Amino acid sequence: MSGHTIVIGVGNALRGDDAAGVEVVERLRDRVPPGVVVAACDEEPSRLIEAWAGADAVVLVDTVASGARVGTLHRFDAGETPIPARVLRSSTHAIGLAETIELARALGKLPPRVVVYGIEGASFAAGAPLTPAVEESVGRLVETILGDLEEVACTSAP
Amino acid sequence: MARRRTIVTDYLARVEGEGAMTVKLVGDKVEHVELRIFEPPRFFEAFLRGRSFLESPDITARICGICPVAYQTSAVNAMESLCGVEVPEPIRQLRRLLYFGEWIESHALHVYMLHAPDFLGYESAIELARDAPAAVERGLALKRTGNDVMTLVGGREIHPINVRVGGFYRTPSKRELRTLAAPLERALEAARETVRWTAGFEFPERTVECDLVALAQPDAYAIENGRIVSSGGLDLAPAEYEEHFEELHVERSNALQSQLRGGGTYLCGPLARYTLASDRLSPGAREAAAAAGLGSECRDPFRSIVVRSVELVHACEESLRLIEAYEEPDAPFVEVEPVAGTGYGVSEAPRGLLYHRYRIDAEGTILEAKIVPPTSQNQLAIEDDLRDVVTRNTSLDDDALRGLCEQTIRNYDPCISCATHFLELDVERK
Repeated sequence: MSGHTIVIGVGNALRGDDAAGVEVVERLRDRVPPGVVVAACDEEPSRLIEAWAGADAVVLVDTVASGARVGTLHRFDAGETPIPARVLRSSTHAIGLAETIELARALGKLPPRVVVYGIEGASFAAGAPLTPAVEESVGRLVETILGDLEEVACTSAP
Repeated sequence: MARRRTIVTDYLARVEGEGAMTVKLVGDKVEHVELRIFEPPRFFEAFLRGRSFLESPDITARICGICPVAYQTSAVNAMESLCGVEVPEPIRQLRRLLYFGEWIESHALHVYMLHAPDFLGYESAIELARDAPAAVERGLALKRTGNDVMTLVGGREIHPINVRVGGFYRTPSKRELRTLAAPLERALEAARETVRWTAGFEFPERTVECDLVALAQPDAYAIENGRIVSSGGLDLAPAEYEEHFEELHVERSNALQSQLRGGGTYLCGPLARYTLASDRLSPGAREAAAAAGLGSECRDPFRSIVVRSVELVHACEESLRLIEAYEEPDAPFVEVEPVAGTGYGVSEAPRGLLYHRYRIDAEGTILEAKIVPPTSQNQLAIEDDLRDVVTRNTSLDDDALRGLCEQTIRNYDPCISCATHFLELDVERK
């Protein structure tokens, strides 16, 4: 399959606000326009690179710990330029999302359009629920992404 | 007056977890060398108290995202030996397979993403990928195969959920395991290529003289269990570990540092395993090691990258053999009834010996837990090596010296996440 758009939620569903990306794609699953693929993924680099292989556009949703107010939505356009690596919550798995994007770019395996949404998280405790401000941002981001997808669909229609 | 210089790295890149390094020099004399490990203490030993002995593999797996299988394996070994249970051979072989998946994933990540850029003059794997995409893709594919083994046998790739005291919750069918054969054949070829690639790097001449400590089995390159042996002649049951090794708390670090009881630095991990048991590697791994110019021993930390590559060949070859020989066990696990007392468990994590001790009561409640990860056992050896490397290279300017120090640390693939009970690099020159 090529030329499609994929929305990927990144994060650990069992670690408090780190579940935000996964939660966003869960809520999008039944609402995205035909032809849009929705997936949840951990940060395993080759799995992510494989997930967006052949796509024209990828939307990535992850939790961020930048020190901003909890629930803040960040948006980065990573199709052309790297996103600031320190913004995305650094992974203990040595290769985080920002690094995977750059690795893919270096390998020529990054889709032309890459949008990364980050939701500022507060709590990453094992088994904790989303904090209310993050929960609210998840709802807002779902609508924002649906809006983006509609725009993409309109602009790419013949 | 002697020039004083301080060389500092505040945040060490390409290591697992967060740490820093400081080296202080007065003229050509090294005044002080330290690794600081500042992930917050993780209190896992305290979390375990009051929990069921059956929960130990799942709780301790959370200590590390890179080597959860090591934690699970040492935990189940401790509980099973205490409760007098020996798991059937197919279960033991399946544990080896799961563990090889972890070695493949961890070693491929370290060799390609964290360590190789040091030898080739790149700041990161991303820069390396621009100039040598085929190599980096080979590394990613190898790592992925390790993940796939862990996913199939362990239930999922990070923090596998399928390991239990007494065996597995579910064991795979022969047919399921066979799906791993083709990717592992490709991984084996990639691993052989990895040995040829790393053997061609330039290596400074280094030898570490400290004791080497690893697990040993009579007829295998130990991974999932074994006796604790050393180059100094120790040959111990797991229960005897604490009679010969001790942990010291050092203020600068959140990690405990291990030493031989009464003083003495030792090293565990790939160099120790290889030097103590290279004759028990798989035939293909021995062949690759010989072609790479490794003798029967290797005490050169820089060449640890070649040893890890040889271990990749071993892990792939052994995994293929295990899949071929696999017979589904009658039951996925054996029931284990708790026995009051103290259990000791060991296994060979990718970075070296991982020791667990648990005291449980007759109901199976954990009363006390002690976990000694490889990085805290290696910390003194790393600092000794760092001191020696700096002493021999004081003529280098600060940037070159800092780079060499960081590489020296990465030679050991320290996993700071694990050692935090526990890095940044400060080279301070006065």
